[in-house]
Amino acid sequence: MNIIVCIKQVPDTTDVKINPETNTLIREGISSIINPFDMYAIEEALRLKEKFGGKVTVISLGPPQSINALKEAVGMGANEAIQLSDRAFSGSDSWATAYTLALAIKKLGEFNIILCGKQAIDGDTGQVGPGIASQLCITQLTYVFKIIKLEPEVGMITVERLLEEGREIVEAKLPALLTVVKDINQPRSATLFHIRRASKLLIPIWTAADLPGADPSKLGLKGSPTQVIKIFSPPKREGVLDLIKADGVDKSAAILADKIIAEKVL
Amino acid sequence: MPLLEIDKDKCIGCGGCIDACPFGALSLVDNMVVVNDKCTGCGACLLACPMHALNLPAERPQATAENLAAYSGVWVWVEQFNGRTGGISVEMLGQGRKLADQRKVALTACVLGHNAEHITKAAISFGADRVFWVDDPSLAVYSTAPYASTLINLVREYKPEIFLLGASSRGRDLAGSVASVIYTGLTADCTGLEIDQELGLLLQTRPAFGGNIMATIICPNHRPQMATVRYRVFEMPIADSRRQGHVIAIKTAMSVEQITTHVVDFILEKDEVNLADAHVIVSGGRGVGGPSGFETIRKLAELLGGAVGSSRSAVDAGWISYAHQVGQTGRTVRPDLYIACGISGQIQHLAGMKTSKVIVAINKNPDAPIFNIANYGIVGDLFQVVPALTEQFKKKLHK
Repeated sequence: MNIIVCIKQVPDTTDVKINPETNTLIREGISSIINPFDMYAIEEALRLKEKFGGKVTVISLGPPQSINALKEAVGMGANEAIQLSDRAFSGSDSWATAYTLALAIKKLGEFNIILCGKQAIDGDTGQVGPGIASQLCITQLTYVFKIIKLEPEVGMITVERLLEEGREIVEAKLPALLTVVKDINQPRSATLFHIRRASKLLIPIWTAADLPGADPSKLGLKGSPTQVIKIFSPPKREGVLDLIKADGVDKSAAILADKIIAEKVL
Repeated sequence: MPLLEIDKDKCIGCGGCIDACPFGALSLVDNMVVVNDKCTGCGACLLACPMHALNLPAERPQATAENLAAYSGVWVWVEQFNGRTGGISVEMLGQGRKLADQRKVALTACVLGHNAEHITKAAISFGADRVFWVDDPSLAVYSTAPYASTLINLVREYKPEIFLLGASSRGRDLAGSVASVIYTGLTADCTGLEIDQELGLLLQTRPAFGGNIMATIICPNHRPQMATVRYRVFEMPIADSRRQGHVIAIKTAMSVEQITTHVVDFILEKDEVNLADAHVIVSGGRGVGGPSGFETIRKLAELLGGAVGSSRSAVDAGWISYAHQVGQTGRTVRPDLYIACGISGQIQHLAGMKTSKVIVAINKNPDAPIFNIANYGIVGDLFQVVPALTEQFKKKLHK
């Protein structure tokens, strides 16, 4: 089984604080992590490899420092890693990112499954996974929280997807791209053995020139249909806390109930 | 190597661009702005510079005016599940109507399904002038490929300028696929949609970084301008059964043999789990103490006709299923009323619920961060406060 995992390096938002005076983000000293949803994708890939054999290749598009995310994935047990890093890729929106990753996946050759996190915690779009699947013309299964059955030899997979109204069980043909949600597994920690391997592993860096068939007009900023024209802080929540302190729980609860009813939200 | 170019002769070192950068890629060194590898070339800093010292070198291809002029009209994909329309689709028909009026164009609803013709009438009553009705057994249950290929064909033939889909699981699944094939811009999870009167472009505003920043995005040179829209952002329009519109029957684009996925079963959750559509959510966190503690939460939610939410820690402890989780790694919700019980309010949880209309916090710890964003609060033991509150609502709402 050939399994490919697409990962993204994101700022660790647990570090993100708001400057109360300027209402802007304080970004100094924010560390970078593998997007948490992608950790579940890596773990699921490793589990599939352990069960069915084969190899796990992680790929990431990003600035030079994103190599650390790939090393971390190798430290967890991924076999190979490819970094996509080039000035020509800078400024990619979700369309151009999916286009570039799809080209890289085509270059990697045959595969059975591509795994992605359901979305990245910085952009929150969840569009790159479906974008890659469309570019490659393969089956797309989003919001997967359980792989029920996988039969690589007959090329079939059965998964459970988490939707608003409940859980959907879908049978699909391979190759397929899956985006996974948090509940699918518990990601493992890196092991010393694999960390050593990661530190020695030479991770190839692919540029636009390394991607056969890449249309330069569809890469990076140039190839991105969307443009950010403004960034601003969200409006602060109006009003201040009305802390209810009455004698006894029942009285407090009665006052709170009245206030909620007066808000006309029920 | 970062894409951004800094004209050192023009930069006065005011630092205005540093705050505008969402990625922390800019800093001041010797009163001069420098850019590091975190720069993604998003361009957010360009407008912040009063000296026009910042520049992105790559020329974007400009679409010809004639090309764009061929695209006209606002479209909404009307999602259905078991023959029922989701609230989000109705909200979008309402907002789509407003955008169409501003652009002086027609509003079209795309309804895909099987034996669900009543939805076409509903779409007209909520504001559609025209409905594309695609009735086929293969569309009875949502599946990416047949839905996407049908919409792609429609877009190619009828060329809308704006296409809105709900930011539901299905909407995001579908929009990503359609936009990728069409090669157009897609802005996910919008919470604001307006028309720029001068340029006639759709201004799409969305939260990023867990709601810590907002970005306004345009799609100037590709059509349609596609967006998925968050639940409960836009007003629910009032149905007008006298409205007239025409329904056009369309054939599906894919034969059954071409479809590579097959839905074999659906396990419906109780209404208490559907957080996205809920008007009221009562959530429990670490303070709930265990699975049985959620009974207290459930009783209040049930009485108020709401859904049960939870913080990540309660899910990780195994007290309640992941489908209930609100926050960065769970669902983003926007109910009219959010009651947080025994939830401290970590930044990741707040990211998922801080745009709720009214927030109520019940927590033992008076210093819990949840109180910073709450409208009302009671410091106390949730096992005393929540049952008391339930009793009070029973009395006052005559339930």
